[in-house]
Amino acid sequence: MSVWHSLRDWLNDRLEWDDLIEPLRKKAVPLHGLSYWYFLGGITLFLFVIQVLTGILLLLYYRPGANEAFESVQYIMTQVQFGWLIRSVHSWSANLMVFTAFAHMFSVLFLKAYRKPRELTWVSGVVLLFLVMGFGFSGYLLPWNTLAFFATKVGTDIAGQVPLIGKPLMIFLRGGEEVTGATLTRFFGFHVAVLPGIATLLILLHVLLVQRLGISVPPKLEVEWNANPAMKREMKFFPNFMLRELMAWYVALGVLGALAAIFPWNLGVKADPFVPAPAGIKPEWYFLFMFQTLKMIPSKIWFIDGEVLGVLAFGVIGLVWLLLPFFESEDPSRTKRWITGLAIFALTYVAGMSVYGHLAK
Amino acid sequence: MDIWQSNRQLVISRGFIPEKSASSCIRRTADSSRLKPAGMTNLWALILAWLPLAALLLVCSLSYAQTKNSCLDCHSALPDPLGVGQETFGHDIHAQKGLTCASCHGGDPTSDDADKAMSRKAGWKGKIDRAQIPQLCGSCHSDPGFMRQFNPSLRTDQLSQYKTSVHGKRLAAGDTKVAVCTDCHSVHDLRAPSNLASTVNPVNVANTCAHCHADANYMSAYKIPTNQFAGYSKSVHHDALVVRGDLSAPTCTTCHGNHGATPPGVASVANVCSTCHVFQAQLFDSSPHKDAFAAAGLPGCVTCHNNHGILHPTDELIGTGDKSICTQCHTQGDAGYAAAANMKEQLVHLSTSIGGAEQILGSAEQSGMEVSQAKLELSQARDALTKARVTIHGFSVKGVEGDVNSGLAVAAKDYKAGQQALAERNYRRVGLGISLVAIALVLVGLRLYIKQIER
Amino acid sequence: MAGKDPGTTDTGNQFSAPVPRRRVVEALLGSGFLATAVAFFYPVLRYLVPPQESDLGGDSVVAGRVGELKPNSGKIFRFGQHPGLLIRTAGGEYRAMSATCTHLSCTVQYRDDLHEVWCACHNGMYDLNGRNVSGPPPRPLESFEVQVRGEEIYVRRRREA
Repeated sequence: MSVWHSLRDWLNDRLEWDDLIEPLRKKAVPLHGLSYWYFLGGITLFLFVIQVLTGILLLLYYRPGANEAFESVQYIMTQVQFGWLIRSVHSWSANLMVFTAFAHMFSVLFLKAYRKPRELTWVSGVVLLFLVMGFGFSGYLLPWNTLAFFATKVGTDIAGQVPLIGKPLMIFLRGGEEVTGATLTRFFGFHVAVLPGIATLLILLHVLLVQRLGISVPPKLEVEWNANPAMKREMKFFPNFMLRELMAWYVALGVLGALAAIFPWNLGVKADPFVPAPAGIKPEWYFLFMFQTLKMIPSKIWFIDGEVLGVLAFGVIGLVWLLLPFFESEDPSRTKRWITGLAIFALTYVAGMSVYGHLAK
Repeated sequence: MDIWQSNRQLVISRGFIPEKSASSCIRRTADSSRLKPAGMTNLWALILAWLPLAALLLVCSLSYAQTKNSCLDCHSALPDPLGVGQETFGHDIHAQKGLTCASCHGGDPTSDDADKAMSRKAGWKGKIDRAQIPQLCGSCHSDPGFMRQFNPSLRTDQLSQYKTSVHGKRLAAGDTKVAVCTDCHSVHDLRAPSNLASTVNPVNVANTCAHCHADANYMSAYKIPTNQFAGYSKSVHHDALVVRGDLSAPTCTTCHGNHGATPPGVASVANVCSTCHVFQAQLFDSSPHKDAFAAAGLPGCVTCHNNHGILHPTDELIGTGDKSICTQCHTQGDAGYAAAANMKEQLVHLSTSIGGAEQILGSAEQSGMEVSQAKLELSQARDALTKARVTIHGFSVKGVEGDVNSGLAVAAKDYKAGQQALAERNYRRVGLGISLVAIALVLVGLRLYIKQIER
Repeated sequence: MAGKDPGTTDTGNQFSAPVPRRRVVEALLGSGFLATAVAFFYPVLRYLVPPQESDLGGDSVVAGRVGELKPNSGKIFRFGQHPGLLIRTAGGEYRAMSATCTHLSCTVQYRDDLHEVWCACHNGMYDLNGRNVSGPPPRPLESFEVQVRGEEIYVRRRREA
């Protein structure tokens, strides 16, 4: 223990961080029936770290390029020692992370943790959610198999439907008019450099804000506790809550390992641009709700093309989502009910459309 | 010069040298100059001489055919069987080469007057008598010197071949129900055999033959079966040729000949099959069945495989089961019966070994194991099975054993590889179990620690 | 979550935990962390060591080495999931093509007596360009590009774009 203390002192003399760390010691987590939801953010962070670590390991063997990508992933799965584990963990963790990110977003939404002064935490979080989906979209193409190839084609086609900037956007994403090896290289660049860079900065901001501003309390409880401070129940973040989070992280690690060993991620068939698209091509599950919506919009509404309208609608919804905190009231006793209603609708819509999209032909 | 030769002259003159044809028009029509009064003779002669030419040139320039074919003007509007339109005739290869109706039917294709066009004086023959058709076609198609102008590599022995065929012989004996050239090649819209729409394109030949040979009423006088087309339609050869477009597969004419069409005799059927199925034929010839079949008057190949309805052979054909062919001659107790049973058992053994290896490799792959090398090698076992199914035709247990054993070795090796892959999978799961135990330890430890510090 | 630990036998004293119990917890935690750390780092360390076989296969493979094949001979090599045939002609040049017969997928071979590619199953013959010249095969064998780089003979699928 004294070794630890002298190390700390040595560092503190040179970094002078004691007064920065001091508030963190006092940080407390509110305790109530819904406190378990507070784990989700941490789990998402943990999964992100797993992604970075397994991603770096995969980078040691992966080769971007239409003629080598598939073979390099096959190599990792079959020849590299425990390559199957690293790759399967990476793929499973990606999916779990998207899920926990959405769950975290919805829990913050229902617990109304985005109210002043935490608006920027929310904004950075929503941008991070979009980035996570971007990670998923770009990463999915990297093994260069048939499903990924056509899912990318469909996805970038939809991007091309955005009015005015759609075509240049699509060409920018694809690195050309069609999905080719150039697209793969570009997506690789996005996936390992651009998106991680932006995401790291935003995560730092997001976590810093959470540390500085403390954990929010649900409005009803806030009203109660303001009226009667003796009722306040809290737990210290260090070490109590942190230890519990550590348990949650170990559980997540166990789940990941089990999934990777029992359901290793499959390779698929190498992409061949000249083969016609297999019937019923669908994007990954986290895009299903949007994909299914676009499929169900009639092809023409009034004089506007249905798909364009759909894309625009999603764009508007995304913007509203980003700016949601600014519609909310500061006063915890006067929180907007319509936002709660919107949240319920959004959750049921996303969940329902995802299931529908999965079951539909 | 006989009537056929004069037609040929017409063809040459009408088909290729318009100026000559014009002059022959003049030759034919300007004879009337001797009827004119003396004083006007020169002028009229001049006008009369050049008028037809002018008219002809005018009409020729107006018509879109390379040579004038006035026959179509009326006949395109007539009902069947007299109706022949430009649309039909435009597909005809003879028309495309510059021939006209008159080339075969005689007459004057330049004249718009029906009487003049179809005048006997102009050589008009009307509908060609069926019995005369081969001779008519042969008048050009059997002349290499003539055909050289159109296609030097076209055969010119069709007529002589035809005369040796059943159709040709019966026609010579007076039976006009048999096929003549136009029955198979069509007429007026005759296409080159390489054209997919041609009645004699390989994919269509069976249909063409079936027009007569599958018609029980038509064939009732001949006392030969009419089920050949039905059989062929179910066969592997039909499937290969007509369905998959594999032109190396046979149709009626491949085995029976086209112009010299005659069924192969019992002794020579095997020769026909062996043109393509070389290995099987060689093996059969060295087997005890060759002499046995010859003695019994049984045709090789056909006895077991049928002649027209050659279905995809299965392993059921061998052995002593109820679908097997061997039991038609062999009975329990004779050497052949035992050999049949043995060979069947070997094939089945190899087939199931391959199936077993496939299954275990498949399940290993499903669990995420890499088995592509083993799967690749398994194809060698499948090769061995394919070869064994050919070697069967030698009807020798030892011969089949050779192929089957090499296949079994590969299948066994691959099965082992599959087992190893599954073992590796289990090793992974054990590893997982151990890490889960370690994680459980940590979880329990953390729980207790938390409890401890919060006491 | 915070509250009295019901498992404590010591009712009044808040300052000293029963020593054996704390030891047990520490031991458990310590061994647990160690075990999970090993379970985590062991695969990662094994992963970092590059495998023996460095060839990826796929679109471009090393089919052989210079000097391995005598003129007028051939060899089968693995090309992705399928066999390929590398031939050295009598004139010394290299040809490569798929070794899967287009008839019923048997593996073909080079016949040095016939200077052609032969399928033993049903006597199919292909010329040195892969074209089916006799027997049942309905289509030619896919031909590949050969490139000699240094000591190695590379075979690649033909690519238009």
